[in-house]
Amino acid sequence: MGNFRRPRLSLRFIPVWRRNFLVWRKLAIPSILGNLADPMIYMLGLGYGLGSLLPEVGGVSYIAFLAAGAACFSTLNAATFEALYSAFSRMQVQKTWEAILNAPMDLDDLLLAELVWAASKAAVSGAAILGVAAALGLVASPLALWSLPLIFLAGLTFATLGLIVTALAPSYDFFMYYFTLFITPMTLISGVFFPMEQLPDAFQALAGALPLSHAVDLLRPLFLGQAPARAALHVAVLAGYALAAFWLALGLARRRLLK
Amino acid sequence: MGTLSVSGLRKSYGEALVLAGLSFELARGECYGLLGPNGAGKTTTLRCALGLTAPDAGAIRLAGLPVPERAREARMRVGIVPQMDNLDPDFTAAENLLVYARYFGLADAEARRRIPGLLEFAGLAGRADARISALSGGMKRRLTLARALVNDPDILFLDEPTTGLDPQARHLIWERLKQLQQQGKTVLLTTHFMDEAERLCQRLAIMDGGRLIAEGSPRAVIAAHIEPEVVEVFSELGEASAADWARAEAARLASRVEIVGETVFCYLEESRPLLDHLAGRRGLRYLHRPANLEDVFLKLTGRELRD
Repeated sequence: MGNFRRPRLSLRFIPVWRRNFLVWRKLAIPSILGNLADPMIYMLGLGYGLGSLLPEVGGVSYIAFLAAGAACFSTLNAATFEALYSAFSRMQVQKTWEAILNAPMDLDDLLLAELVWAASKAAVSGAAILGVAAALGLVASPLALWSLPLIFLAGLTFATLGLIVTALAPSYDFFMYYFTLFITPMTLISGVFFPMEQLPDAFQALAGALPLSHAVDLLRPLFLGQAPARAALHVAVLAGYALAAFWLALGLARRRLLK
Repeated sequence: MGTLSVSGLRKSYGEALVLAGLSFELARGECYGLLGPNGAGKTTTLRCALGLTAPDAGAIRLAGLPVPERAREARMRVGIVPQMDNLDPDFTAAENLLVYARYFGLADAEARRRIPGLLEFAGLAGRADARISALSGGMKRRLTLARALVNDPDILFLDEPTTGLDPQARHLIWERLKQLQQQGKTVLLTTHFMDEAERLCQRLAIMDGGRLIAEGSPRAVIAAHIEPEVVEVFSELGEASAADWARAEAARLASRVEIVGETVFCYLEESRPLLDHLAGRRGLRYLHRPANLEDVFLKLTGRELRD
């Protein structure tokens, strides 16, 4: 009862965010490799390798088409891994959350910190792809800088979805369901690697109901130097998902931890 | 400035009644022990007192504030040593204290000013940069105690602070807890070690089945609930059974007799007749001692395993 009451948000999340940042700074090299190098290798390998076999996609070279998708994919991956495996370690294995909740912190503060932290890491991953794409001349204009806040927003959205799963997870093995049944199919139907228009209508409709396609629809035009169509709608979908998912994740976490 | 008071605390998980109308109050500056077998409700009591779970009924005040409504603010004045160490394994000793101090809103400069004294207090001077994995169990407990003091709390919650420690480490923790009491801190201690409770607590409570079944100073609890002397009788190896002896003879010599396997516990107001009797018996060994808190605990909560 009362677990799903309104979240109370405050700036108290900042010291917890800084805790995670300090750990990250200490473990930065493997973390940077995993978060940044991996998606970059993906983009360059697929973009140039597969791209050399392909004609133009959507009016541009395949790698220029792929760059925005790779930035979204990278954001999705980084946010999801942080909100699942890392947050679960802190909650269940290291009991870091327990220590924090013994201090003058509410679970609301703690979960907000996890959310903003995962989104921060995700934003770095997404922004790194933008940087590489710009260095390779794949980004058309400074308009692409608008991607940065949008990448952060997408990071918030994907991280909150992950936190729901973490709040429900009995063990690490549970996360495989989320990847297999949600993340991977969503990635394949949301226009990351190829235009959604290639898919049957039903899949396009499904993709439209999920957040990733909205991130792609915002970033791809910006990377290619155009203003996105229906930007307000896409932003609203991402923000709506983030808010609803945070509320749900917090309610589930309260039910799990404050009993 | 209040301490901790709970009254009429009730809490059920499904069918299981965990707290059945629990009430107690800590006097300022005292060390109050909460004893009880596993499952007696100690952990739930602590969680309720800190506002980490809401009771079904009852009232709690911590540091002068109603809990759970204002538990977060109340915890500003509280330091907690949890049962299981939950130090940050990725940080050094000093970083653990710094990061924890930030949770209380302390500025980094103020936290850094406090850290050397806290490490010194914990017997960890010179270990500021040690990784947690390089610390022994006793050092980790002491660092956890130092972390609980980072906000200079008025009230300390210590949940089995010496479980798993060797005697040296345990004595050092006791010494530190006495120092903290001299500084005027109020302490709530849970423990399974009766000698620890007798040594540290001005008052203690034994709980079972979610309610208090005895409360008072260690001496008063012993005096109120049990005969003053105990004689434990065992068989010499290969000799007649102490249990058989007890069934035949002990009842007329002791006020109360408990037979546990091959050991006989005789509780007495006056031990002379029994000791004289035993002096003439071959094949029986005995240990004569004053009754202690553990005797009371076992009398009140029974000898069956609780796991």
